[in-house]
Amino acid sequence: MLARILLCARPVSATIPALTRPLAHSTAHMDPGSGGRPVETAIRTKLTGALVPAHLEVHNESHMHAVPPGSESHFRVLVVSASFDGLSLIQRHRLVNEALREELSSCVHALAIQAKTPAQWGSNPSVAKSPPCMGGSKGDHSVEVKLAAGRE
Amino acid sequence: MNHLIRASVRCLRAGSTAGYPSMLLPAGPVSFTAARLLCAATDMQQTLGEMVKKDKVVVFIKGTPAQPMCGFSNAVVQILRMHGVDDYAAYNVLDDQDLRQGIKEFSNWPTIPQVYLNSEFVGGCDILLQMHQSGDLVEELNKMGIRSALVEAEKESK
Repeated sequence: MLARILLCARPVSATIPALTRPLAHSTAHMDPGSGGRPVETAIRTKLTGALVPAHLEVHNESHMHAVPPGSESHFRVLVVSASFDGLSLIQRHRLVNEALREELSSCVHALAIQAKTPAQWGSNPSVAKSPPCMGGSKGDHSVEVKLAAGRE
Repeated sequence: MNHLIRASVRCLRAGSTAGYPSMLLPAGPVSFTAARLLCAATDMQQTLGEMVKKDKVVVFIKGTPAQPMCGFSNAVVQILRMHGVDDYAAYNVLDDQDLRQGIKEFSNWPTIPQVYLNSEFVGGCDILLQMHQSGDLVEELNKMGIRSALVEAEKESK
C-alpha cells in the first residue's frame, strides 16, 4: 500500500524509455501495477489518444480523501499538449473532460486538471498540489455509487 | 425551490401528459411519472438559469462558505475571501441531489465546485486558482465592478 502511494506520488512521464519495458511478447510480465489500476490506465490511454501529449502525468489522489484504500476515485492530471495552443483554460479543460467522459460519469468523482501548452510547460515545469481533503466524500451516497462502479 | 415545487404541482394538476406530445412518452401508468420527472428536470434547468443570473458571483460548492465540505470547494471560498468578495451566492449541492445533478448538466461540467462570474460559467477550482495566480481574476472582477481587496492591499504596500 505504501509502495503504491509512493508510486502515485512520483511524477511518471508518458515517455518511458524502451529499455525499462519488458519484452513485448511476454504480456504476462507487463507492468505489474497496471492490472491493479484499471481506471488510471484508462485515463492515461484516453488522454494519450485524444490529446497526443508531449508530457502526461496521471496521479491517483484517492488516498488523500475519505475513501477506502485502493480506490480510484480522485485523480490529478497534468497534460502538456500542442492541442491546447490558442485555447482558453475552460476550452482546454472541456477537452480533457470530454476525453474522460465515461470515467467521469461512472467511477471518477474528482478530477484536478492542469492543461499546458509545451511552451508553458517549458517555462514552468511544475505540478500543482491538491488542497487537503475536508472529508466530504465520507457518507456521500454519490461517491459510494462511484466507488462501487470502480470496483466492478 | 418553492418555484420548483409549484411547477411540479402545476404539472400534476394539468393532467398526465398535458403539454407533452404523446409520442415522447411511453403509454400506460408509467407515463404520468415520466411526465412529472421530465417536468421537474426541465424546471431545474430553468431555475438554474435564473440562479446564475441573479448574482454577479455564483458558486456551486459542497458545504457552505462557513463550513466547506471539500478541499476544492474550500479553495474557491478562500480565493474569493482573499479578493474580499463576500457578497456572493453559494449553493450547497450536498443539500439537494437534483441541484447537484442539474448543475452538472446545465454547465456541461462533471465536477463540483463550479464558478459563475457575471452569469458566465468560468470553470472549477483549478481554473479559478490559475486566474487568481495570473491576475486574470482581479481583471474579471474589475470588469464586473468589483474591486479586489488584493489590489487595495498592493497599493497600500507601495
